[in-house]
Amino acid sequence: MPDNGCLTGEFFMNGDNACAEGAISAGCRFFAGYPITPATEIAERMSRRLPVVGGTYIQMEDEIASMAAILGASWAGVKAMTSTSGPGFSLMMENIGLGIMLETPCVVVNIQRAGPSTGLPTLIGQQDIMQARWGSHGSYEIIALSPDSPQQMFDLTIKAFNLSEKYRLPVLIMSDEVVGHMSEKVVMPEIRTEDLFYREMPQKGAAGYLPYKTNGSLVPPMAIAGQGHHFHVTGLTHDERGYPVMTSRAQDQLITRLVDKIRLNADDIIMCNDYMMEGAEIVVVAYGITARIAQFAVKQAREQGIKAGCLQLVTLWPFAERRIGQLASQVKAFVVPEINRGQIVYEVERCACGRARTLLVPHSGGEVHKPAIISAAIRECHADR
Amino acid sequence: MQIDDVTSYERSIAKYLRQDRLPHIWCAGCGIGPVLNCFLRAIDSAELNPDLVSVVSGIGCSGRVAGYVKLDSFHTTHGRAIPFATGLKLANPQLKTVVFSGDGDLVAIGGNHLIHAARRNIDMTVICINNFTYGMTGGQVGPTAPLDVRTATTPYGNFEPPFNLPWLLHASGASYIARWTVLHLHQLELTIVEALRRPGFSFIEVISPCPAIYGRMNKEPEGLDSLRNYIKRSVIKHGAGPRETAIDHKGPIVVGKFLDIDQPTLQDHLIGVAAKAKKPVKK
Ligand SMILES: Cc1ncc(C[n+]2csc(CCOP(=O)(O)OP(=O)(O)O)c2C)c(N)n1
Ligand code: SF4
Ligand SMILES: [Mg+2]
Repeated sequence: MPDNGCLTGEFFMNGDNACAEGAISAGCRFFAGYPITPATEIAERMSRRLPVVGGTYIQMEDEIASMAAILGASWAGVKAMTSTSGPGFSLMMENIGLGIMLETPCVVVNIQRAGPSTGLPTLIGQQDIMQARWGSHGSYEIIALSPDSPQQMFDLTIKAFNLSEKYRLPVLIMSDEVVGHMSEKVVMPEIRTEDLFYREMPQKGAAGYLPYKTNGSLVPPMAIAGQGHHFHVTGLTHDERGYPVMTSRAQDQLITRLVDKIRLNADDIIMCNDYMMEGAEIVVVAYGITARIAQFAVKQAREQGIKAGCLQLVTLWPFAERRIGQLASQVKAFVVPEINRGQIVYEVERCACGRARTLLVPHSGGEVHKPAIISAAIRECHADR
Repeated sequence: MQIDDVTSYERSIAKYLRQDRLPHIWCAGCGIGPVLNCFLRAIDSAELNPDLVSVVSGIGCSGRVAGYVKLDSFHTTHGRAIPFATGLKLANPQLKTVVFSGDGDLVAIGGNHLIHAARRNIDMTVICINNFTYGMTGGQVGPTAPLDVRTATTPYGNFEPPFNLPWLLHASGASYIARWTVLHLHQLELTIVEALRRPGFSFIEVISPCPAIYGRMNKEPEGLDSLRNYIKRSVIKHGAGPRETAIDHKGPIVVGKFLDIDQPTLQDHLIGVAAKAKKPVKK
């Protein structure tokens, strides 16, 4: 372990713990949370690890408070994270919106379980995908990543912090119970300063600093509390000074920029993982743990002479619409397995726009798909004329 | 500071006001402005480094205070100023965090955060404008509204008993509790100075008129009517016990400093945690 307290080397650990270590390696030094299965291990590990590396862990009175607290910590200049599952994710929504409006870097981890409501607290779901996209009120863009393994829990947590600092918004890690609880080998490389992104800041005490004035990049430099800027920020629609302006014009200017900073940088944000995609005619579009099962089904299909491939969505939001759009005119069908009754499938359908068949392989939650069900869907599409 | 020395008085608070945002949104006769004025004077007399003061507000007429102070200031979501400020303070313990908000914001929707912040005894000063109503949304009933008062949603009179805030805060673990009305601006200023200078959780309740709505519905249509009422009803009683501080719609309004005790703060405990944590990591 280097002196900075970050773990390096090979470990056998579960996804929740790997996520916590990824956060520590990314420079996260504040965690506020509230216990909930199956995300509790993240909070527990952070409570042990943060004091060692000079950070602060606090258990708040609920998830609303946890979300508000990480925003506050971020405005004090510290990288901050919270973790939860469905019920807590629902409670966080309003302040995720505040994070978007104030442009506050932070990371929110959702170890999804099956719902609605208390549902299956200890068992898997992938059912909060649209909530991640649209759960807070208002018109906005968000970034959400979907890890498929403890290794990706580590890697994508670092990535999530980098994206949140770069684009100044809450970044969501939409993991699930199986990935959170499965133990596998996790390789933790030494993370160098140049691997990490920290928000651009104004000069300390610089005169005339305006909190939301961009210098061409769509992302304004961010002041932090205590540096003499005496700045104001508000969840109300605001101008470059951060002052409220109650006009549709100010609203349009602000919302256009908040949306554009993600949409126009989609190529920098979107990550996909191609599996046996060469010449694929039937493409399984999958994410998280379901992508690993889909890959198994794809491999079997190839062995049977069916040209199948798997497109793994590592970034869920913004959606990989250009990629799906391009594939739509080359492939015969998309097969979309997800542990819900249809969420990402509608995005695939929208981008395919009738050019390729889109077949949902739904699952109500509680366990992962059986590979045979995905295989059957692949064969069904293959048999189509 | 000399009250008759108007120039120096104005100068002392002008530097903490976002003058480019004036005029403010508050109605004529509203009590929030005078309390803000008092707060800024207190910031000046407490001789704090203004760079290190952060003001956090929730949503409401009182919650607009954050927008008028020329300090690092955050206008957050309804009820969540305290947890936001908790994150700020814990992430940078150098900061002096002040939460300035209304009774609805702090005690209704944010009530859970209020009692937990007091329990933690986090270094934070909370200034609660208690106008017994939700001013911003049109004067509906709130958790501090006395029984029988008229509000936009209690046309037959309020049928729910209110919180007695000093008692609530006392029971929750606050270190410092005071209450004044906007009539007691001098005492209020001294109290805010004292609160800002001390460690731990301090709570200052300010009974404040909302003439435009609450006052209009309860026979105090002018700010002055409320002030006359405060003159008649307020009783200064430092150290008053929690049972003595309930407010009904016509009895005495007990004001003063009710609690001022030293006890370990959250920061003290966290320093202890950091010391214990300096052991090798278990893999
Ligand atoms: C989650 C949420 N619910 C409701 C509101 C609407 N709302 C705005 S201000 C307010 C009440 C404010 O009352 P108080 O804190 O007493 O402030 P005052 O206006 O009286 O100063 C309410 C209910 C909101 N902004 N957010
Ligand atoms: S509505 Fe009431 S509380 Fe709000 S500004 Fe007017 S007088 Fe003040
Ligand atoms: Mg009020």
